[in-house]
Amino acid sequence: MPAPDRQPGKRLLRLQLNGRWREDAVAESMLLVDYLRSVAHLTGVKTGCDGGECGACTVLVDGEAVPSCITLTVRCDGRSVETVEGLAVQGRLSRLQLAFHEKLGTQCGFCTPGMIMASEALLRRNPSPTSDEIRAALSGNLCRCTGFVKILESVKAAAGACNDR
Amino acid sequence: MTADPTVDGKIVGRGIPLIDGREKVTGSARYTADLAHADALVGRILRSPVSHGNIVRLDVSRARALEGVRAVVTGDDCPHCYGVLPIAMNEYPMARERVRYRGEPIAAVAAVDAETAERAIRLIELELCALPAHYTSADARASGAILLHDDKPGNLEREVHHEFGDLQQGFAEADLVREERFSCAEVNHAQIEPHACLVDYDSLTGRLLVQSVSQVGYYLHLTLARCLEMDASRIRVVKPFVGGGFGARVEVLNFEIITALLARASCGTVFMQLSREETFLTHRARPQTDIALRLGMRRDGRITACACEVVQRGGAYAGYGIVTILYAGALLQGLYDIPAIKYDGFRVYANLPPCGAMRGHGSVDTRHAFECLLDRMVHDLGLDPIAVRRANLLKAPTRTLNDLMVNSYGLAECLDAVERASGWRDRIGRLPAGKGLGVACSHYVSGAAKPIHWTGEPHAVVNVRLDFDGGITALTGAADIGQGSSTMVAIAVAETLGVALDRVRVIAADSAVTPKDNGAYSSRITFMVGNAAIDAAKKLKAILVNAAAHKLEAKPDDVEVIGEVFRVGRAEQASIPFADVAKAALVDRGAITVTGTFTCPPEAQGGRHKGGAVGSTMGFSYAAQVVEVSVDEATGAVTVDKVWAALDCGHAINPLAVEGQIQGSVWMGMGQALYEETRYTDGLPVHASLLEYRMPTIADSPPIDVHIVESHDPYGPFGAKEASEGALASFPPALVNAIANAIGIDLNELPATPDRIVDALIRRRRQAKLALARKATS
Repeated sequence: MPAPDRQPGKRLLRLQLNGRWREDAVAESMLLVDYLRSVAHLTGVKTGCDGGECGACTVLVDGEAVPSCITLTVRCDGRSVETVEGLAVQGRLSRLQLAFHEKLGTQCGFCTPGMIMASEALLRRNPSPTSDEIRAALSGNLCRCTGFVKILESVKAAAGACNDR
Repeated sequence: MTADPTVDGKIVGRGIPLIDGREKVTGSARYTADLAHADALVGRILRSPVSHGNIVRLDVSRARALEGVRAVVTGDDCPHCYGVLPIAMNEYPMARERVRYRGEPIAAVAAVDAETAERAIRLIELELCALPAHYTSADARASGAILLHDDKPGNLEREVHHEFGDLQQGFAEADLVREERFSCAEVNHAQIEPHACLVDYDSLTGRLLVQSVSQVGYYLHLTLARCLEMDASRIRVVKPFVGGGFGARVEVLNFEIITALLARASCGTVFMQLSREETFLTHRARPQTDIALRLGMRRDGRITACACEVVQRGGAYAGYGIVTILYAGALLQGLYDIPAIKYDGFRVYANLPPCGAMRGHGSVDTRHAFECLLDRMVHDLGLDPIAVRRANLLKAPTRTLNDLMVNSYGLAECLDAVERASGWRDRIGRLPAGKGLGVACSHYVSGAAKPIHWTGEPHAVVNVRLDFDGGITALTGAADIGQGSSTMVAIAVAETLGVALDRVRVIAADSAVTPKDNGAYSSRITFMVGNAAIDAAKKLKAILVNAAAHKLEAKPDDVEVIGEVFRVGRAEQASIPFADVAKAALVDRGAITVTGTFTCPPEAQGGRHKGGAVGSTMGFSYAAQVVEVSVDEATGAVTVDKVWAALDCGHAINPLAVEGQIQGSVWMGMGQALYEETRYTDGLPVHASLLEYRMPTIADSPPIDVHIVESHDPYGPFGAKEASEGALASFPPALVNAIANAIGIDLNELPATPDRIVDALIRRRRQAKLALARKATS
């Protein structure tokens, strides 16, 4: 059996996933969402549409929110990829996770991982966003349950909690 | 009846995060597509490329022969029709002889991976002889139109004709009679989780395990037994986390039966994931509806008569159709006091994906027409829209003309709340150009009082278990689809028992373990399952109190439970902690399981006229909302600046969840009012993506101020009624009324798109010019 980096159509990929480096043989055409869900077994990353339309698959690549369903895995070679599973530290929920939970920014929960990751990217670059800035940052994440009211409140609460430190 | 509205809430009435919230925010919650299925076969469906046709030839031999294909099924493999209503089952999981909508399943394949399954689908040879297709109700009803179903002349699934009171006298008494026609586009639930199911058939035991997105596992269970000709006792239906329903999943869906057939044919596990396009094709949502409405009103604003005709374009199969067309008329009543009502409803077949139930069911589009016309007549008479609604309130308790119970009625308080919060009195008529305020009311049932399957069983059953570990387990078949029903059950049990919320765990929706539940439909769970949970908890409490009384050598009546401590009077030594009481209760009998039930009595189940059960409920929720808009006359763009929504939910068991549901339903109404519509070209759905099906994003979504009104229903659990559907139907008319207030344009079509507004403005300018020209020449 040929070595992984010489298998037809597959490339050796090395990336940092939720803080830990890993190596996998990955087909050139493999989408990041499929890699995360079926190779890395991180089912927190969701598929909600037929490509790039709903934001449920949002993850962070080098700190930026990207739609993993239209991102090729091989483009993440050497980069840092973060999913919702990586946010809690030793069982302690992040400020965003806690806020979404306590403020009911999540109802059915299906859009929640993507919504939280997009919010995380926002708060990292803008720790005190205005309502308009939150809306702009999350405009690519669809939710059908909340009407977005409590999502906005959750992000604001998390931002406030960050700033209280 | 089991309600106890006077319980002083220690948990009830506090805003509680959902008990399964942690799983959702950490990504550990497993939805159907997240369940382990690496070794499962992959299912794919071949769908009809034409809207209407006879199957001339279907040859699956090449697909079957492809390496890696384990099973191929067609309509021949299931001769049993199905449908959510036992009296209207005319659909097959895969078409037999005839296809009736573009996208209808014809065959399906299970293979070792997705690529193989898709190649196999392309190898299936299909010949169809196309038939004329109907895409509108008018075409379908035209004389000589080809019938979709031979036993349904005129392509009518159902006609409804109801008349109550003296209509002629009502209109004669009116100072103003006005008639208008409205048209509401078909919309879709568009829940974020696409459809999926995972089915395992064990050929050794003959057992079927189904894990699916269903809102009613019970119907799925029955239907699989029927369609697979299996003993129901060999079937197990489990609900994983579900990413939204809104009615999309209250019916058994064709792909679920298909996957089960594939699993059995391949003697293995099959995973079926529908694309978003296929999820749209599966549909079962709110039909395109035409409403002709005539109202009579006295000079003082009192409504004297109402005549309403509704035509619903129901799609290709029966589904929920009979109930939908009945709801459209039934809920004309129960909101206001109307002395004479005539309703004529027509449910029509068309060669389009079948419609079904969607939040608010058939009541939404009718309520829209009513609240819009009401406002226009109020305007004609120079009256105030809120004052007129007040003038037509019911006096509870009462029964409507169509025999629906109204036991608690907080509509007046809802109107007061939104009038005050929006600053209506100070602002109406004084807003700047292009800005408007609009008001509307709505209501909905807290569960249909008559279940779909009349088995003689209670309408809700909850088991509560206590064992040596002191943990309380509530077992319910109720499907939590994100609305928080499991949290509600935990609260009801903990509150009744007087224990901490985290002593209670809820196990839900596993047919091998939990008692059967009639499902998450018609917003029944809080009312019915909540009452059953309280009933069970009371029974367990009695056992525990008896055990404590025995240990304390006191009478059970003297035992109080406060903060998980059982005590007699104030003395510290006369108290026992929960764990010790539990151990004492287990002596001689071991692990305790109690059963609590709830049933709607016959007098709650509606009138004796045909279809009279639809609309019946133990309690209606009531809503009023005020919508503020800014309209750009140049582009027709409407911005919703703010919404004030008040809903009477009887009592908010969990105010945080209630607010969330009200906001969500108001927002969903906004989507229907402004943006959403399905669109078909020769039956091909051109809306079938989340880009084309334009639901509002966070950028389009306004602040929604919620006011919870509590009328304390005498029969609801802790006085509660539903809170998830009631507020939806008042948004679209409040919006259209606000647009009228802003720019003086009356719109009769939903959605209220910029094109329609600009067209209306152009028409008005043209008419004004013509009028001026005529004046000049006269």
